[in-house]
Amino acid sequence: MSTNDSNIIGIGIESTAHTLGASIVDSTKILSDVKDVYKAPEGAGIHPREASRHHTEKASEIVKQALNKARVKPKELRFVAYSMGPGLGPCLRVGAVVARTLSSYLKLPLIPVNHAVGHIEIGAMLTGATDPVALLVSGGHTVICAFESGRWRIFGETLDLSIGQLLDQFGREVGFASPCGARIEQHALKSSNLLSLPYSVKGQDVSYSGMLTAAKKMIHSGQRFEDICYSLQETGFAMLVEVAERAIAFTEKKQLLVVGGVAANKRLSEMLKEVSTRHSASLHVVPLLYSGDCGAQIAWTGLQAYKAGVQIPVEKSIVRQSWRLDQVDVPWRNF
Amino acid sequence: MEAGSGGCALEKLLKKGAEADIYVTEWFGEEVVTKLRKPKTFMHPKLDAELRRHRTIREASFLSEAKEAGVLTPFIHYVDPSKGEIVMEYVKGTRFKDALLTGPFDRIAPLCVELGRCIAKLHGKNIVHGDLSTSNFIITDQTLTFIDFGLSSSSQRLEDKSVDLHLVKQILKSAHGKIWEKVFQLLLQGYGETAGSKQVDALQAKIKEIERRGRYARVE
Repeated sequence: MSTNDSNIIGIGIESTAHTLGASIVDSTKILSDVKDVYKAPEGAGIHPREASRHHTEKASEIVKQALNKARVKPKELRFVAYSMGPGLGPCLRVGAVVARTLSSYLKLPLIPVNHAVGHIEIGAMLTGATDPVALLVSGGHTVICAFESGRWRIFGETLDLSIGQLLDQFGREVGFASPCGARIEQHALKSSNLLSLPYSVKGQDVSYSGMLTAAKKMIHSGQRFEDICYSLQETGFAMLVEVAERAIAFTEKKQLLVVGGVAANKRLSEMLKEVSTRHSASLHVVPLLYSGDCGAQIAWTGLQAYKAGVQIPVEKSIVRQSWRLDQVDVPWRNF
Repeated sequence: MEAGSGGCALEKLLKKGAEADIYVTEWFGEEVVTKLRKPKTFMHPKLDAELRRHRTIREASFLSEAKEAGVLTPFIHYVDPSKGEIVMEYVKGTRFKDALLTGPFDRIAPLCVELGRCIAKLHGKNIVHGDLSTSNFIITDQTLTFIDFGLSSSSQRLEDKSVDLHLVKQILKSAHGKIWEKVFQLLLQGYGETAGSKQVDALQAKIKEIERRGRYARVE
């Protein structure tokens, strides 16, 4: 089969953390995107073993639904992409097994996709960003990057916790279940009283561990919960936006792309909008439906990778729990 | 047209930075630069006011302290922390960032060594710059003038000095991907000339440790 055929249809499997997703794409659009999310008990985070059990139980149903919704038959598929990492080992392995099985059975090339690159690529595709500074904010990542010489280069990142972890670990302290961002946002809307939290920007990097400790202490010292949520968002996001602004000023790029679960937060987008306007850059926020983990980010990136000749033999298709964004060659972007 | 301090008109915008806007203005007949930290409207006003005031004061004091360490920085004419304004010498030259981008590398190599020497001098006086980005060094007569001390701090800790170097490394990797290793090696060479090779070894070990702490970094 040649890769030059006009329309290429493929499937992508996502399973890095709490989400098991499958999606079918063709050369220009997403045909289906189905997912099922493992729900942690109240006050707890993701238990990797429990999450992987959830994924195992749901896998065949999710894949079947993805095919049905797209009205695509297995034999029409041309590639199978999976999230190779980074993420939780037990969860990643489920997706990898599903993908290897499909690949072997249907005799299709297997495409390894980096989950973080997936977030950026799907965001770029859906918002029309071509050469952006990308801000990836989720439970796993807090990274500001831009494309340069064949890779997404990390301009700045968190030195410790991700913004998602900050929100989740804070939320769990009062008994919320992860992910906690949406509930914290709701509470924050009821306040405008800024409490003083540590503001830690180091050059292009941020650090959230001090802020988490301070915010947790506030819960137990009797501060109004709404005020703490508000202050956590205002201070935590201000740090991010400041670093994003540095990246735009430094790279002089004209697009700012925001992807990842925390991109769903309205206050964050609002702050980023002001910064992008100030630097005459356009703001591209990934649509809510695709901000969290999903199969589409893997399928779409898998398609770009497949067209650029990226493949992996099944026997080498291990998962990589640690696989940094800046270690991934991106041959499909050429500028 | 906005009126800056001393009634000078802020008309010529030199650079719209992330931190502040830089204007070329006049100060008693001399061409100077006015750095104005404008309110960041995306931030809560209280947080914004505090940060701008704090950073303006820091910047002014560390611009002087750096001189004591033997590193060139612009001379200050006027500071107004409440407005977030500093009037300083206009240092004309090429940004290190631009020199790296345009090359040729042979001509820049001595400056990479010099950059290392300068950072070591600052660290020797326990000044941690906090924002060692390649756009913050201006090439003047085969040496460098350092700017942007708004995130600077005073610290003796190896950790803080290592984070400083980690920042240079990161910006070199992200913005100058093809030559970053050569530049960083020369920088360390220069650092060693001033601070000694033992100190460089200690810093490098610490940088590794910091990088391992990074998200999804491979544990070696």
